[in-house]
Amino acid sequence: MAEKFETHSGTAQPQGGSLSDVDAWFVRDVLPLEPSLMQFLRHNWRNTSDIADLRQEVYVRVLDAAQRQIPDSAVQFVFRTARNLLTDRMRREHVVPIEAAADMDALEIAVDEPSQDRVLMARDELRQLQTALDLLPPRCREAFVLRRVEGLTGRQIAARMGIGVATVSEHLANGLCILADALSIEALALRRKKN
Amino acid sequence: MSGARASASEIDAHAAAWIQRRDISDWGEQEQVAFDAWLTESLAHRAAYLRLEAVWQRTERLAALHALTEREGVAPARGGLFRFLTRLTAGFAIVAALSISAYTLLQQPHAKTYQTTVGGHETLTFQDGSQIELNTDTVVRAAMDAKERTVWLDKGEAYFQIVHDSVHPLVVFAAGHRVTDIGTKFVIRRDSDNVEVTLIEGRAKFDTPRDAASKDTMLKPGDVLSATANSVSLKRASVRVLADQLGWQRGILVFHHTTLGDAAAEFNRYNDRKLVVADSVSARLTVVGTFRTNDLEGFVDVSQAVFGLHVAKRGNETVISR
Repeated sequence: MAEKFETHSGTAQPQGGSLSDVDAWFVRDVLPLEPSLMQFLRHNWRNTSDIADLRQEVYVRVLDAAQRQIPDSAVQFVFRTARNLLTDRMRREHVVPIEAAADMDALEIAVDEPSQDRVLMARDELRQLQTALDLLPPRCREAFVLRRVEGLTGRQIAARMGIGVATVSEHLANGLCILADALSIEALALRRKKN
Repeated sequence: MSGARASASEIDAHAAAWIQRRDISDWGEQEQVAFDAWLTESLAHRAAYLRLEAVWQRTERLAALHALTEREGVAPARGGLFRFLTRLTAGFAIVAALSISAYTLLQQPHAKTYQTTVGGHETLTFQDGSQIELNTDTVVRAAMDAKERTVWLDKGEAYFQIVHDSVHPLVVFAAGHRVTDIGTKFVIRRDSDNVEVTLIEGRAKFDTPRDAASKDTMLKPGDVLSATANSVSLKRASVRVLADQLGWQRGILVFHHTTLGDAAAEFNRYNDRKLVVADSVSARLTVVGTFRTNDLEGFVDVSQAVFGLHVAKRGNETVISR
């Protein structure tokens, strides 16, 4: 496998640096890998309650490195970072999960797949969003539908639901967090179904 | 940025609260300053914000559901449909061009031409929900309206994901051959007069209308049909081979014991710089691996390192030899 990858778009990469470049790169090249990253973490770390924190730590390390230089290949960089993080953690916590060590070798497979997320078709995207939306608690879902599907303003939603604008905002914020987590699982489920 | 840090879920909750406050409540300079301060406090904050903001923007697409319900009520609401299309595809790379072409398609039932450059890759979405994904250096013409769904593949390769309509089946013409969809996903590749049809899902019918003796061939998933000006042959491909063949959708080329000569030909479809394998012995070496379609250099580096080949650059060509 070639060590030096270029991005899907084929455009030249900015060589590191400005905040907005890093942010744009992170959103475009790193975030779409999240379903695969989460799968990798879940496979290789037994304690599921740590997964969200591990994901966050991977993102922090990736952002930190990108501020110095934006990596050529986001895929390789993200998974290498994840692997290093898990190794550090295992060492620190003196755990030697045998299965985890074996699974690490499966990294190549995980690296190969995720770019598929990028060519996610529009209809799949809508279907995923809909499925994820159904996972929200009822009031939260109602607020979300009024905002995103009906396009009502915060005040209109507050009036419709008989609650304050601040509470609407809380429902939406809560819903957003749940959706973000659900979407990375949904994307995987969809991919599996297709394969 | 080390040591004790708030948990991911706490930070996510904060980030989401900022996004929502900015979205629906009064947001002035004071709020902006406080938000900026929070954002620069740690990279974890920044990561959480970027992640949730991206998801928040994705949910804009839910508005398509609204357009759908609207459309059901009123008779053929072109506005609703158009909005549905544009919102559905919003955020995709080719959106700007697409919404214009989709709009034009609604206006005029004539064939429109779409093309990609060498190394290009685009997805067209049509009014009926059908999608055609164009690989590198490809030209298609499409007449897609209520009465007719006809596509001509003039050059290159395209992946068809067709929403089936038994009254108006989609028909693709390539070098005089015809593929008629029966609820299908398939790929057609055309190199001048040679046409290859690979069926991924569903069914399709293949024939050559200009040839009176042409018989219909029904294609099943995994069938790979090759047609030249005067011959047709059919073989079966494994799921793995099919997936590899579709690597271009993800911008990659997958080689399984592919000869260097064939691999070079593949790369040359995607890059302006052409790879030339100068001698037949080198051309028969086989390679295994996955490469970005535009990573010619990476491929050359690997060939050089693994096989100890010479590499020379001459003008627009990279020549490898023993």
